[in-house]
Amino acid sequence: MRGRHLAVSERFVGKPRSALIEHTEPGVTSVDEVPPIFGLVNWDGSPNGRLPLTAEELRSLYADMIEARRFDTVATTMHRMGRIVAHTTLRGREGAQIGAGASLRPADWVVPTHADPVLTWRAGYPWKLVILWRIGDERGGHAPEDVNILPPAPSGSHMIDAVGLGFAEKLKGSERIALAAIGDGDVSAGYFHEAMNLAVALATPTVFFCQSNDKTRHPTTNQGRLQTVADLARAYGMPGVRVDGRDVVAVLVTVQEATERARRGGGPSLVEAVMDYAGSTAAEERSPDRRDFEANGAEAGDPLERIRRLLERAGIWTREWHDEVEQEASRRIDEAVAWVESQPLPIPGEMIERMYATPTAPLVEQLSTVDE
Amino acid sequence: MSERNLAEALSSAFDTALSADERVVLLGAGDPIADGLRQSYGPSRVIDTDGAAEGAVGAAFGMAVAGLRPVASIGFDGSSCLSYERLVDRVSRIRYLSRHRFTAPLVIRIRHVGRPDGGRDLATLDSALAHVPGLKVVVPSTPRDARGLMLAAIEDPDPVVFLEPVRLYPLGEDGIPVASQRIEIGQVRRELEGEDITLISWGSMMPETRQAAGRLSEQGFSVEMIDVRTLSPLDRDGIVASVDKTGRAVVVHEAPLSAGFGSEIAATIQERCFYSLLAPVQRVAGWDTAFPLKKGEPIYRPSADRIVAAAARTLE
Repeated sequence: MRGRHLAVSERFVGKPRSALIEHTEPGVTSVDEVPPIFGLVNWDGSPNGRLPLTAEELRSLYADMIEARRFDTVATTMHRMGRIVAHTTLRGREGAQIGAGASLRPADWVVPTHADPVLTWRAGYPWKLVILWRIGDERGGHAPEDVNILPPAPSGSHMIDAVGLGFAEKLKGSERIALAAIGDGDVSAGYFHEAMNLAVALATPTVFFCQSNDKTRHPTTNQGRLQTVADLARAYGMPGVRVDGRDVVAVLVTVQEATERARRGGGPSLVEAVMDYAGSTAAEERSPDRRDFEANGAEAGDPLERIRRLLERAGIWTREWHDEVEQEASRRIDEAVAWVESQPLPIPGEMIERMYATPTAPLVEQLSTVDE
Repeated sequence: MSERNLAEALSSAFDTALSADERVVLLGAGDPIADGLRQSYGPSRVIDTDGAAEGAVGAAFGMAVAGLRPVASIGFDGSSCLSYERLVDRVSRIRYLSRHRFTAPLVIRIRHVGRPDGGRDLATLDSALAHVPGLKVVVPSTPRDARGLMLAAIEDPDPVVFLEPVRLYPLGEDGIPVASQRIEIGQVRRELEGEDITLISWGSMMPETRQAAGRLSEQGFSVEMIDVRTLSPLDRDGIVASVDKTGRAVVVHEAPLSAGFGSEIAATIQERCFYSLLAPVQRVAGWDTAFPLKKGEPIYRPSADRIVAAAARTLE
């Protein structure tokens, strides 16, 4: 061993060479090819080849987009008025969330974060519960019996949940899959590694749906210098693809491919929906960097307008129909908000009663002091 | 001197420390207090580590061992748990295991109780941290204490966890002298002096405790009020001196009752003030439940009513 070590050292005398020095420069990843971004609808509304959706399905996606936009508008206003505890606008991200939500089957598992109300709704969670949670009322966390969507998780560490959920379904031999809604910012967290690695090791039916709004790459943040999250998936040994996050049709088709693959026993995969930096936390909205960014005019293309043009070209969009859809969407959101705001305050003792299957002795004792 | 709130007082402490000592660096992100200083001190002194809670503590540990004075902001209580392993297994024990050869003089900042969306809140963290030998745990409740204790924490030779009660950030205080220097870690602050009863609290429960003290005074009682300020090391003498005088004590905290830090204080009083006590020590705390979302907060958080009721039991 000793002699071999010396021989290696001798080779380095004079001209230092290494693969690392030759193939990378500071701040540039060593991946030669960035995976292309998949799209099915062009900005002018023309389709890229034949779309695997019927006219009715396309119109239904459009109606969903309208409803999501209406929700976002109302929720943003309510947040500014203090009627909602936390909401960050999803404007520009509706296509990604609708596409992913629509790709799921009833009773599939979803692990969303606070940033995924539209995905959550489209996957089967009623608006009234989505909004109830957002005004800070835990009754919004009680999913309907046939809906397997967990309460919004703090981001960064949540994606590992979808590995366990998927593994359980695999063990049970069911066809359910688990989808984790993540963002490119989550790549900075340690759990990302554990989740990706374990999902592949256990071949779980898990789909990592990543909404990349450039948080990781954008020069206004210092989170990292990754070019794509999809690259990472490939390094872990699972498919990683990029799709245009503002093309609802492309997102739906791609995530559905991933979910169906998982259902068939094909294991985990990652779909990265690429979008511009459209919205983020309230703290970032206040930052000078962010204001500069907006002033410099990188306003994202509107995914709603994109599918509208597609429908119009196909002759299945009229102003009258649009108005009807919009009215219906407003009615539903307003109805949900009215329901939420008419709910009585939580009952004090109820909190104590749901901490354990049966309240423990100390809690029973504490229950008697509730009215003090 | 104009009024400053607790958040501004912390910011001013960092400003002072960053300009006085080039070893001081801040880590964290999404934290307006630190982010505001990045413009002045640049990205090498105010480092963006968003999304990496355990990474921030791990990196700060390395920096501290190698001679810097890092102050790492690791988000709210819940996300800070990701770094608990680093704190317990590494940061708190390095001096002990290396027999003083290596030390980690860092400050870990945690935004404590009261995240706006409630999604990742815990009220239980204070006793969990105070139970870790090797860490110091500080919880200020006024801007003056926040500034003075932070300056002391940065200079401290050992790791200090600094719990910042989120609901007190906007709380103002007149005339914090800019030149005010460090406030020693490990000393209670006597906010009110009285003879009949001692109310003991810290951090986020100080407003309700203050309110209760006011109402008890109106009822004719002479109330002594103590802000513990440092959970570890606990100023036992400060507490004992007060209860020896009044003979009655009510401990108030926001964390759940069972195994909360109030138990440590009550046990201390029982051990050392037994013959001065005129009534059993009372604890007023959060229930043994999860910390709720926003709508549940007023139900969960101990009210002035509950504190007054507990005090009344000891004054009967």
